[in-house]
Amino acid sequence: MPQLAELPLLPWAVALPLGGAALVFVVRERAQAIGLAVGVASAAVGLLLALQVATGGVQHHAVGGWGAPLGIDLAADGLSALMVAMTSVVGLWVSLYSSAYFGAGDGGHQRAYFWPLWLLLWTALNALFLAADSFNAYVTLELLGLSAVALVALAATPAALGGAMRYLLVGLLGSLLYLLGVGLLYGAAGTVDFRLLATAPLAGPAAAVALGVITAGLVLKTALFPFHFWLPPAHASAPAPVSAVLSALVVKASFYLLLRFWFWVLPEAATPVVTNLLGLLGALAVLWGGLRALTAERLKLLVAYSTVAQLGYLFLVFPLALGSVEGFTAWGGVALLLLAHATAKAGMFLSAGAILKASAHDGVSGIDGTAQALPVTVFAFALAGVSLVGLPPTGGFAGKWILLNAALATGQWWWAAVLLAGSLLAAAYTVRVLTHAFTRLPGEPPACVVPARLEWSAVALAVTALVLGFAAGEVLELLRVGAPVSGPVLMEQLR
Amino acid sequence: MSVDTWLPALIVLSSLLPGLLIFFLDEERHALRTALNMAGAVLKIGLVGWMIWGVFHDHAYESRMSLVPGLDLVLEADALSVFFVALSTLLWLVTTIYAIGYLEDSPHRSRFFGFFSLCVSATVGIALAGNLVTFLIFYELLTLATFPLVAHRGTPDAMRGARVYLAYTVTGGAVLLFAVAWLSALAGPVEFTTGGALGGLAQTHRAELTVIFALLIAGLGVKAALVPLHGWLPQAMVAPAPVSALLHAVAVVKAGAFGIVRVVYDVYGVTLAADLGVLQPLALLAALTIVYGSVRAIAQDGLKKRLAYSTVSQVSYIALGTAIFGPVASIGGIVHLVHQGVMKITLFFCAGNLAETLGIHNVSEMRGCARRMPLTMAAFTVGALGMIGVPPVAGFVTKWYLGAGAVAAGAEWVLVVLAASSLLNAAYFLPILYAAWFREPVGPWPEEHPRGRFEAPLMLLVPVLVTAALSVAAGLLAAAPFSPLDWAKLIAEREYGL
Repeated sequence: MPQLAELPLLPWAVALPLGGAALVFVVRERAQAIGLAVGVASAAVGLLLALQVATGGVQHHAVGGWGAPLGIDLAADGLSALMVAMTSVVGLWVSLYSSAYFGAGDGGHQRAYFWPLWLLLWTALNALFLAADSFNAYVTLELLGLSAVALVALAATPAALGGAMRYLLVGLLGSLLYLLGVGLLYGAAGTVDFRLLATAPLAGPAAAVALGVITAGLVLKTALFPFHFWLPPAHASAPAPVSAVLSALVVKASFYLLLRFWFWVLPEAATPVVTNLLGLLGALAVLWGGLRALTAERLKLLVAYSTVAQLGYLFLVFPLALGSVEGFTAWGGVALLLLAHATAKAGMFLSAGAILKASAHDGVSGIDGTAQALPVTVFAFALAGVSLVGLPPTGGFAGKWILLNAALATGQWWWAAVLLAGSLLAAAYTVRVLTHAFTRLPGEPPACVVPARLEWSAVALAVTALVLGFAAGEVLELLRVGAPVSGPVLMEQLR
Repeated sequence: MSVDTWLPALIVLSSLLPGLLIFFLDEERHALRTALNMAGAVLKIGLVGWMIWGVFHDHAYESRMSLVPGLDLVLEADALSVFFVALSTLLWLVTTIYAIGYLEDSPHRSRFFGFFSLCVSATVGIALAGNLVTFLIFYELLTLATFPLVAHRGTPDAMRGARVYLAYTVTGGAVLLFAVAWLSALAGPVEFTTGGALGGLAQTHRAELTVIFALLIAGLGVKAALVPLHGWLPQAMVAPAPVSALLHAVAVVKAGAFGIVRVVYDVYGVTLAADLGVLQPLALLAALTIVYGSVRAIAQDGLKKRLAYSTVSQVSYIALGTAIFGPVASIGGIVHLVHQGVMKITLFFCAGNLAETLGIHNVSEMRGCARRMPLTMAAFTVGALGMIGVPPVAGFVTKWYLGAGAVAAGAEWVLVVLAASSLLNAAYFLPILYAAWFREPVGPWPEEHPRGRFEAPLMLLVPVLVTAALSVAAGLLAAAPFSPLDWAKLIAEREYGL
């Protein structure tokens, strides 16, 4: 049996879902079974990769033996490994869920096209998180955007098609801006490799403009307030497993690239004005997203606005970690929040999908009485909500606690206030849903059956968000591998 | 690895695990559910008894688990924690029996008892928490576990009550979180230490510490129902009677009051708190709450609402005793944790019995009900007299120590508050007793259930009589070893280093 350190997991993490996507496209009648098998295998590879990085440090692989600057390089540090692991966990349960979600209602149309697109999207995510250079990242970003748009359009309702079109245009604009920035950097430094860029003497207006357009493109794709307008319609009208993937994983990909550029390539470009501006937009996203979720009329729209709010938290990493001597505290807090949001939000969308299969209409008030009909699913929704609110002992709490510590120990209490306000809003919109779910309808509870796989996949993801709270120590350990910032996990001003 | 490092965790798990199992039981598995409930409750009592014996002999128990570096979950036994643990464990057993009888044939019993066990686990976790973060974690868990219990009936009223409850407690929790995070950012993890945990910080950061103290009390004051943060308590009265008992006597308001005791004694230390000048405002707030709750109680016709306002008033005795500097007042405050618990739970059980057996929900319907239900009303009378402070019921002991402590600390104004409160208590309890015992019933009862062998089902009657007997015993045997008073003295001695 080969040692873990010798396994070529980096290329497999990309090749496996890619091969699977091609296969299910050809062998359509067995798409479901093959897709599920490939999903399980890809998840296993991704988790093993995280283990490999945790034990063996940063990993590199030059595809086909061609190294930088010519070939395609793959690399995994702690952050990449965590993102791939996150994709694996969410991907596994979403695959299982999808195997029961898409029926043969429309002649199996959705079922047939979901699997190749979904595996392609998985490929793009893994390739993006493992890309060692910024041009490959561009290619994977395009692939990611296109497969995501196609998945939204899969719902084939007028709302979904409208949402998909807007999503497509915004996505293309975003990646175009990104490409422009990468081109400018190439002109200035003569390389696109992340490691070489980090050591290249980049300065002057060209570098600043490059970073500016890259940031603009990626912020647009991450749906940071006020560029979030495209997210709710797209995420809310897609089929439930697609919504889960979009909210949990896809928006994190562009955020991940933002981190790569700001923390590795050009950390010296950070000025307090820029970092605080990003933090401020994040804070506004938290508040605005929360308020819109509180008033949203449809269940999935509520969950989608919650994503807008939760993405806002992530941008607090810029004022709190960038350029800070003890930046690891905020870095770790944001990473935990990101992972907790991925699992909890995926669980929430999956449970919303199951609830909507059983309810009268897709309005928030349409789910009255579902706590009686689908107690397991409502439990999953509630547990996911608890993590989004950031109540203990979930991963959301661990992340929030650490981020609070970073804000308060550095005297920036206003970010702490944003965190708390966001929590209260999250509590309010979660309770709004639960109140409806718990409202007892007159008469016998409606006998409704949804496949057990739908219910339990959602539970599994919500429970993962809970377990994350207890595994926070291990997660942060992994995050330290090749981290751009240092310092303790929790700061103390005195003593 | 010895049992000393496991015992606190085991005590929490002894209700948590049965609770989690119960969620997965079918509605119809009545016997198994009851067996799980009772096994957990009895096992817990055994473990707690063991722990009390150990703590008495200065034995240290600590379970510790690191979540991330600098953030530990610590469960630890000291004199104060076992005091609260003993109360909640004992009353949990009684309440479980009562709840089994009360909820017979109603829907969603597995869900109910599952959350019920979670609720007690969270309470015990609060009691055993060895640092502020652990306390906070279990404190929030308690909020989560009680929400479905308040919402249990699923009626519009219940949902409204549950929403209000959550709005208050989650906001309070957020304030508490902010305060704890701030304090931890200043001083690192705050481990509860008899006499205060802040050490050198006191000299350099007085202003911050004062603000943090205010925030901590504001956060805890929501659950402790300090005026003006008490609004949720009367609203949450829509919950089934065992839940009300739990909220008022065992878990929620107790958790808030206990938290205040912890913050004053084991985070700041009573000396530092007095030095910062934060005790006086706390005492005034508590006094205001005592009087306000009693005044509002008089006007309530709904029996449970009247009891709810009475809780608002009575729980603040704990905060009051804590906020008066001096061992005697401290004893009065701490001992009331237990005394208020047993007396108030008696009253709520009685209210539940009246509602279940005769359909009585309002004070105005209680005329002559003692003839129909003498044992229940006898227990009610014991609880009510205890609340007023009539010897030999436990409430008298509390008031005696509070009064003596106030005089010793030179805060004679407290006597006026105590006297006013006793008068007001009498004003809202004595008319009930008079009507129940001495007046003729008018017409049929609102909704009488057929009379069985006893005046009420045995599962409802026995818990009431047990807690009433405990209320009397705690007062009569106050001087005996291991009585609540005896233990409160031990806590106060250790805190003041006597």
